[in-house]
Amino acid sequence: MNRPLRRAILPPIVMLLLLAACSGGKQESEGKGTSVPDIPAYGDAIVEGSIGGVSGFLTAVTSDASSHAAAGYVFSGLVRYDKDLKLEGELAESWEVSPDGKRITFHLRKGVKWHDGTPLTSDDVMFTYRRMIDPRTPTAYGEDFKQVKRAAAPDPHTFVVEYARPFAPALASWGMHVLPKHLLEKYPDISKSPLNKKPVGTGPYRFIEWKTGEKVVFDASPDYFEGKPYIARVITRVIPDQSTMFLELKSGGVDTMDLTPPQYTRQTDTPDFRKAFNKYKYLASAYTYLGFRLSHPFFKDRRVRQAIAHAADKKALIDGVLLGLGQEATGPYKPGTWAHNPNVRKYPYDPLRAKALLAEAGWKEKDGVLVKDRQPFEFTVLTNAGNEARAKTAAILQQNLAEVGIRMQIRTVEWAAFINQFIDKRNFDAVILGWSLTPDPDQYDIWHSSKTGPKELNFVDFANPEVDKLLEEGRSTFDIEKRKKAYFRIQEILAEEQPYVFLYVPDALPVVQKRFHGIHPAPAGISYNFPKWYVPKALQKHRIQP
Amino acid sequence: MLRFIVRRLLLTIPLLVGISFISFLVIHLAPGGPISVGTDMNPKATAETRARLEAYYGLDQPFYVQYGRWLGRMATLDFGDSFSPDGRPVAEKIRERIPITLTINVLSMGLIFLVAIPIGIYSAVRQGSLFDRVSTVFVFTGFSIPTFWLALLLMILFGVKLEWLPISGIGSLEYHSLGTTGKIADRARHLLLPVLLTGFTGLAGMSRYMRSNMLEVIRQDYVATARAKGLPERTVVFRHEMRNALLPVITILGLSVPDLLGGSVIFETIFAIPGMGQLFYQGVMSRDYPLIMGILTIGAFLTLLGNLLADVGYALADPRIRP
Repeated sequence: MNRPLRRAILPPIVMLLLLAACSGGKQESEGKGTSVPDIPAYGDAIVEGSIGGVSGFLTAVTSDASSHAAAGYVFSGLVRYDKDLKLEGELAESWEVSPDGKRITFHLRKGVKWHDGTPLTSDDVMFTYRRMIDPRTPTAYGEDFKQVKRAAAPDPHTFVVEYARPFAPALASWGMHVLPKHLLEKYPDISKSPLNKKPVGTGPYRFIEWKTGEKVVFDASPDYFEGKPYIARVITRVIPDQSTMFLELKSGGVDTMDLTPPQYTRQTDTPDFRKAFNKYKYLASAYTYLGFRLSHPFFKDRRVRQAIAHAADKKALIDGVLLGLGQEATGPYKPGTWAHNPNVRKYPYDPLRAKALLAEAGWKEKDGVLVKDRQPFEFTVLTNAGNEARAKTAAILQQNLAEVGIRMQIRTVEWAAFINQFIDKRNFDAVILGWSLTPDPDQYDIWHSSKTGPKELNFVDFANPEVDKLLEEGRSTFDIEKRKKAYFRIQEILAEEQPYVFLYVPDALPVVQKRFHGIHPAPAGISYNFPKWYVPKALQKHRIQP
Repeated sequence: MLRFIVRRLLLTIPLLVGISFISFLVIHLAPGGPISVGTDMNPKATAETRARLEAYYGLDQPFYVQYGRWLGRMATLDFGDSFSPDGRPVAEKIRERIPITLTINVLSMGLIFLVAIPIGIYSAVRQGSLFDRVSTVFVFTGFSIPTFWLALLLMILFGVKLEWLPISGIGSLEYHSLGTTGKIADRARHLLLPVLLTGFTGLAGMSRYMRSNMLEVIRQDYVATARAKGLPERTVVFRHEMRNALLPVITILGLSVPDLLGGSVIFETIFAIPGMGQLFYQGVMSRDYPLIMGILTIGAFLTLLGNLLADVGYALADPRIRP
């Protein structure tokens, strides 16, 4: 599915010519000149475009994607996800889970240094844990750490945590960035510490400069524990407008960004663009769904939900909304990941089957509209304003449902009002929304029948005793095979029950300037091996003086 | 005169308190709150997390307590700390956005006055002429054209095709290594398009205003007298007509004072300029109450100050209304 790199086919010299073309000359034909040896070299800078600005560098207290991405250059956690979205050690060299699943022992890498030269020890991890559960820390991520019954740092390179009961998602929570105790100790509120503005971490890049709302600059850390990154400097520029960013990309002001489907299919399909950039395409960790309020008299009946699933033309949705850049969703997991069950009941587009199911449920057609107990089948779907993809999805679904005699109205509401006035108060018939997915498959908060309280995430009020039991099983063992069994069964039940009609998984569409080599797309995307990206010496554009 | 100014300045205090109270009320009535950004639809955020965050920001207190605290801090000119994760002082966040916002606004306002006033005068003097009609079309084009669209077209032309100007931002990557003249030139190249565009969109109001003022003045008896005295046309137009027609412009200048620090969200977004418009917009979207209140208070103060300046300026320029 991932497109192979074109770099082997197009000699990198073309890039040089193109760069020359940027300064006024016209572009040359391909294949002229001698080719540049493709060997990793240190140097050059990459300019990333980012829609949002950074709001702070301590991920414990920030919650926006831009801030988390920026902090990822500077900080590291004990564990991280590898290219196949499996957990691997980062600051931890290895870890063991005790046979009863309650105790995790992390063995830290030796010789890791903070960017100021101080060695990293298990004291730092202990300090991070304490700050995560400290009421003075304004964090939204403290919950996982509150499950810890006991934590200990028996020696400088060992960190042990004990839980009251086995809790599988706990392992991933140790991906939380480890904070430097020696720099933060004297600040009771870490969000107000200078480190939130001028971070010092253990990651591949060290912080250089932050111009709020404008840019952030990082330089390669020479003593990064996995070796000094090749690209000497990373500059993240804030460009809030997608079209402006795309023009910056074309004119050389930005080296990498995420494309929109129209940009990917239409605006970049030119020989000039292909010569200068590599486009990538892989499934994003997210899906879009149509969710029902299950207590609604229409949607109580499973056959009605199944009928709507049959009436929804997912192919048309992917073509119309994503210009074909996505995949049908069959459940709440990303296809290709270990927890995803590909063999669940599917709902191919079949209006006749939908009509039959609706008739079975007692709905009779009258003047093109379904009626039951003298009530026409009319409902309103809500979605949040400002999300073009969801608005288009709603429009296509409206048409699909009209074909089987269901009248669906569309209403878009500003996000805060959407949550507070409609979701929290159960003041909706159906919604079009999306979830982004974490690599850990635990979805207790979304499907467990106990999670229907105010502000909790099972807002469709799904309740199924078997799913409840399986969700509890799945999170209480570290045994992947056992977990897989539980999550596969959950997907079968969800496919049968259709509390959501799972619509589509969109593609992530990053583009990178062609002088950057060493990019190998994987299920985790392209940036997992960023420190190993490089620009061959002859292609380097910026001279960086450290 | 001095007593008048002092009295007016003292009057602004209760006005400011009233304005701030209404603003505080309105932003607290908007759905959502500062902690929703991090906790809504976040599986890790439990009810307890939410309660803790609300207590952290003092949102668990009744409305009047929150307002009282804010007012108490404001009395010592302390704008408080932002609710955004960086927790920086609001005053600092606003201060760092002022230079670029002020530069763009002063330049574009200067441009508007420089271009719009002559257009207005000439259109009035030659009312109905070809120039009058062409300039009317021109300024109303600027007024009604979708600015984001025009901005993108100009970026494509000057940035991508001709490569004369940078597309967005306020400085090149190598800005720091440039000399002083280099820095000024670099900044100028970045600001050229935004300033020209804001100027273009603002021409209509000012030029039409000037034109109608002139048309009114032209029909005055004293203009007829001046002509009857046999004064040359230049003198009539510039000394008798223009000077009188410019009087109401003082009001406009006064009303423009708060605009000096206000930024356009659309322009700043499309040109990636870190100005006040974006700061305010992000503040509103994340319900950053102290930041919103800070900017609103400054805006309210500048508006009141502008009104005062306009009144004073008027009194100085027009003997008829001197108190």
